[in-house]
Amino acid sequence: MRYLFRRAVELLATLLLASFLVFVVTEFSPGNVARKTLGAFALQEQVDLLYQRLHLNDPLLVRYGRWLGVLTGVIADPLQDPALKLDFKDPRGDRYFGNFGYSTLYKAPVNDVLWDRLGNTALLAGLAFAVIVPLSLVLGILAGMRAGSRLDRIVSTASIVMTSVPEFASGVILAAIFVVGLGWLPGTSPLDTESGWSIASQLVLPVTVLALYDAGYVARMVRSSMAEVMAKPYIRTAVLKGLNFRTVILRHALRNAMIAPFTVILLQVNWLIGGVVVTEMVFAYPGFGRMLLDASLFGDISLIEAATLIALLVAVTTQLLSDLGYRLLNPQVR
Amino acid sequence: MPSEAVLPAGSAAADPPGNTAGADPALRSAIADQLGRPASVEYSGRPALVEYSGRPAPGLLRRLPSSRVAMVGLGLILFWTVLAVLAPVLPIAPPNAQDFAAMGHPGSSARHWLGVDTLGRDMLSRLIWGGRTVLMVAPLAVVVAYAVGAALGLLAGYYRGWVDTVISRACDVILSFPLVVLYVILIANIGPSMLNIVLAVVLASAPGIARIVRGLVLSLAGHEFVAAAHLRRESDLYVMLVELLPNCRGPLITDFCLRLGFTTITIGTLGFLGLGLPPPTPDWGGMVQQATAMITVWPHMALYPCFAIVSLILGFNLLADGLSELALSD
Repeated sequence: MRYLFRRAVELLATLLLASFLVFVVTEFSPGNVARKTLGAFALQEQVDLLYQRLHLNDPLLVRYGRWLGVLTGVIADPLQDPALKLDFKDPRGDRYFGNFGYSTLYKAPVNDVLWDRLGNTALLAGLAFAVIVPLSLVLGILAGMRAGSRLDRIVSTASIVMTSVPEFASGVILAAIFVVGLGWLPGTSPLDTESGWSIASQLVLPVTVLALYDAGYVARMVRSSMAEVMAKPYIRTAVLKGLNFRTVILRHALRNAMIAPFTVILLQVNWLIGGVVVTEMVFAYPGFGRMLLDASLFGDISLIEAATLIALLVAVTTQLLSDLGYRLLNPQVR
Repeated sequence: MPSEAVLPAGSAAADPPGNTAGADPALRSAIADQLGRPASVEYSGRPALVEYSGRPAPGLLRRLPSSRVAMVGLGLILFWTVLAVLAPVLPIAPPNAQDFAAMGHPGSSARHWLGVDTLGRDMLSRLIWGGRTVLMVAPLAVVVAYAVGAALGLLAGYYRGWVDTVISRACDVILSFPLVVLYVILIANIGPSMLNIVLAVVLASAPGIARIVRGLVLSLAGHEFVAAAHLRRESDLYVMLVELLPNCRGPLITDFCLRLGFTTITIGTLGFLGLGLPPPTPDWGGMVQQATAMITVWPHMALYPCFAIVSLILGFNLLADGLSELALSD
């Protein structure tokens, strides 16, 4: 319980530090926030006025504090101030908990932009996860069960090759085969049926691309953990006392070999978040990753901060879960 | 004490969770997959599985030819390295020269063996010069990241206490970012250039390296040779750089290779996302990005750079795999 509390505090501290880091990084971008908000064609006087009204020349820490205040609903979002005549309106009001501010790229409240796309990405990543886990477990266990066998060599080599193909390359190669060559699948996945392709067919390639890289990686981890357990004295004992191989694998090896991969599999969530950025770019998928890329290129700080916070929250929570699960599974740590 | 002796084929199953949590893939595999866990101070309950034989085993690099996997990997890396080095003297078109006559038929021809891209630039030449770009940026970035990461890891592992806490916490924050997200935010804000890509790779990789080095230093700190150096009244800097760092090299060699592969992926991905080296610099990821619009008509323009980057990454990964097999077979 105390452990859980300590980890929760650490999680919060990480989120705060990281969001501050993002604030610092956006400082380096050329052009100021006011200019980006109003667009390239706004008059310099307008920009200067907005700059003053938003107190953008305040020290970084003050502005970060103000952003935190808006997020927690303590202070009103300055961009929605009617005196600015920006016509930025959030139906939820200008002061509520979880107010991520106003997206200057989409000209809409961040909360209107964010959640749909996050849902699409969750669908993509969830499906990929559902492919990765069984695939890599089966491959890894089969390979690690008899280390050095032909099957092991084939699986190991295949998984190295899989982890050597970046997502954008596998996306382009698969699209060249299945879209251009065979014409079986659509090349873009806008998640509407206007093109005549079903939603399911639009998901095949993005999910495959996401799953390939990760499955290779996880399969390698499962394999090495399995191979290691198979070399343990208690496995030799089990074999020598006459148990059949099936029982040895199912009853003795698997339970011990799955502890390390459990952590690894959960940590793949962190990796998937990065993978979706690339995959969504390749297939024009209307998701969180592409939104983050667009927001970063535009300098939409509210949206970047919101996206980063969510990405981090997911990443840090899965880390916490994997730690907790590891403690539950592994009596050596308890 | 040779590095081999302090690296028992440790069990990944006994890893403390903190060791692998939040690490980027290269680091995670380096710890859990490749080399087992070094016997760390906190968890030194188990006896070392590899006895110290009194004489160091022959160096990893000298035994390299015995691993077929490693040699194939090395071959792929050398292939691109030789092409990259010879690029200026090879009889190929300049990478940015446009052949307008060839644009009508951009496929392969006698003049352009691999065809031309959308702007009529020779694909073969751009592939070779693109390899030169990657092979300049990736090693540079990884070496700088190692310098920074190793320094931080040495400090954290050697001094422990608050120094360790500050460094480790800072590393944890950076490592909890999904990597691509971190790169996108960084590069989109500081702008795409070779220096900035190197900086971003250093910022993103140094924490992982620091974590490995810190763990290794902690596991080495209890050994006699460190105590002996202290008795001789060697300075802290001497102990760190002369006694501790060289003994960390075993696991770091594999990690270095993995990181080169991973950084190649990163550079390619940034190029593909439009955050790579600004055009017209030949860059594999950027070449793929420019060619994807034409993929239905001229797939070769997008496919060749994909094959090129995959072959180089495969080279780094195979070499790393071979090295770790050798390290485990000690």
